Amino acid sequence: MTQMTFAEAINDAMHVALSADPKLIAFGLGICDPKAIFGTTSGLQEAFGADRVFDIPVSENALTGLAVGAALGGYKAVMVHQRFDFALVSIDQIVNSAAKWFYMFGGTNPVPIVIRVVVGRGWGQGPTHSQALHGWFAHVPGLKVVLPSNPRDAKGLLLESIRDPNPVIFVEHRWLHNSIGDVPSGDFAVPLETAKVVREGSDVTLVATSLMTVEARRAAAILAQYGVSCEVIDLHTVRPIDWSTIVKSVSKTGRIVALDIAQKTMSVAGEIVAGVCERCFAVLKSAPVRVCLPDHAVPTSAGLTKHFYPGTQDVVDTVANLFDIQPPLVPEATTPSDVPGDWFRGPF
Amino acid sequence: MSAGAQGEKMDIGRDVQLKLLEKMIFVRVVEEAIAAHYSAAEMRCPTHLSIGQEGPAAAAGLSLRSSDFVVSTHRGHAHYLACGGDVKAMIAELYGKEAGCARGRGGSMHLVDCKVGFMGTTAIVGNSIPIGLGLAKSIQLNGSDAVACVFIGDAAVETGVFFESANFAATAKLPVLFVCENNGYSVYTSMRPRQPEGRRISKMAESIGLTSSCGDGNDAEMSLRLISEAVNSIRQGRGPQFVELQTYRWREHCGPNYDDTLGYRPKSEVEHWLARDPIRLLSDRLSSDAGSVEHLEQYRQRVTLYVSQAFEEARAAPFPNGEEAYVDEYARISNFRA
Repeated sequence: MTQMTFAEAINDAMHVALSADPKLIAFGLGICDPKAIFGTTSGLQEAFGADRVFDIPVSENALTGLAVGAALGGYKAVMVHQRFDFALVSIDQIVNSAAKWFYMFGGTNPVPIVIRVVVGRGWGQGPTHSQALHGWFAHVPGLKVVLPSNPRDAKGLLLESIRDPNPVIFVEHRWLHNSIGDVPSGDFAVPLETAKVVREGSDVTLVATSLMTVEARRAAAILAQYGVSCEVIDLHTVRPIDWSTIVKSVSKTGRIVALDIAQKTMSVAGEIVAGVCERCFAVLKSAPVRVCLPDHAVPTSAGLTKHFYPGTQDVVDTVANLFDIQPPLVPEATTPSDVPGDWFRGPF
Repeated sequence: MSAGAQGEKMDIGRDVQLKLLEKMIFVRVVEEAIAAHYSAAEMRCPTHLSIGQEGPAAAAGLSLRSSDFVVSTHRGHAHYLACGGDVKAMIAELYGKEAGCARGRGGSMHLVDCKVGFMGTTAIVGNSIPIGLGLAKSIQLNGSDAVACVFIGDAAVETGVFFESANFAATAKLPVLFVCENNGYSVYTSMRPRQPEGRRISKMAESIGLTSSCGDGNDAEMSLRLISEAVNSIRQGRGPQFVELQTYRWREHCGPNYDDTLGYRPKSEVEHWLARDPIRLLSDRLSSDAGSVEHLEQYRQRVTLYVSQAFEEARAAPFPNGEEAYVDEYARISNFRA
């Protein structure tokens, strides 16, 4: 067990996976440049050679197809995008090729690829550098969509995503890259498709993904001081969704708040609420609630984003409202709006 | 660009001519049988026939080995058949049967036969181009002298992914062969609104960095010379190659009929190409040889019988169990090939 950042944990996972499997390749724009995708790809080309780890032209659609073709040829691939938004130019290959190939050709040729994408936030990332589009891809049969929320899960879920014989969209929130935690050394697995109860509670279930898991845990700690016991579930995987963990929790608490790092309409949070209503409507003591981004493009100016993103205070307010109590004020230091911490000085 | 001129001087020999004809006749017999059966409404999927443009497929089929890889397009029957794909599995696929090459999940536009390296045809123009690139990357990593062949049409070079792929193939010197069948039409749209007048596709490919040649796709011998030269160059490590072959689709874009009543192609153009049947052009060169004529006639009768059996078996075969629609969203570790 070693203390490391989320970004270091990703880098560690890449080193472990590339040394374990000589038929794994990795590529992406900037993967070998001095910044090495926020440090997540540092040292990979030096360790594993330019045939297996390589930078690419700004041709994301072709290179996504290359990942699929290489997989059909017996290799596995990890492709990296510095922003989720950039992956949109490769949507034909993700949706029409990667997601379909195994099923469409009769269940004979798996496509074991991982597409790492980074969701930006703050410092003026703005409308096209901060979209969290995991919900789009979670709509597509054949894809798995994974969102880790801490360094340990980042490593364990990435290793498991690489092992998985299916195309996996692996979503990293930029604000989590410098979060620190204990991470096991060497190879280990955090299972996909299994949500995790990260805080036990009895009054309300908070189902969260990615950075919202951090906000949910902060809110739960504050609410506990006011007599509200929150159970927090970190989804880990939004396709497929681990319904049994969610239903078991909601059956206990009778209340559900779904939190997402994306806009509300058609969000994963919406799917969680719908799925809970279909599966265990009778246990609900109050109407389900969602805490998501407003249904607008993300603005650039820090003046415009100050109240744009839901934070700990919004989660506290939402839960307090369910219990008809006066919401406690969250100290401003725990609710950053434009940067996740002093470490972040832009530019992206 | 001297490949064509160089190739014309070579004599490919009667045996090779016969093999080319066999492949073209095989494709023609299958495609005409599909056209004949289609109106029974038992093949319930969009179907794009290759009748009239069998030359490039036959040439590639003779140039490639089963250890090479091939990907193709919505109009992929000829490529699948010429590269050794199982005709019975293909016909069963068109009928949506469990015995189909994709177990009824893909239809005419999703043909696959991995045993012969035929890795798949896809239904979005340009979509399979980078798949071929990835197969070429796997060959390069393996260090073998195999080739990844990507069949495209003239419209595929209009897609962004073609430019991306050509650029990367040239940059990474991938062992990939692009065979572009230029039949002059994208569905019902001629070249005029799609590509600059007077620009040759192969010249454009050459300018991106692909060693390129261009020839008459209805001249199967010329097609074979150009493709086999390109394949040999790739095997010798000389990087990606592009062969443009001009040809013509006889029947409608999608379906079994003729569609020239729609008036989208000039009558004189249609007549010109119908008079240049790739099978007749080559068989005419052998017409003075009674042995060859006899051989081809016997071959045609044999495959006609075999193909009619394929149709009978496909029609009699069971549909997949309805539950099959809901399996295989995901592969399991055990699905990996050794």
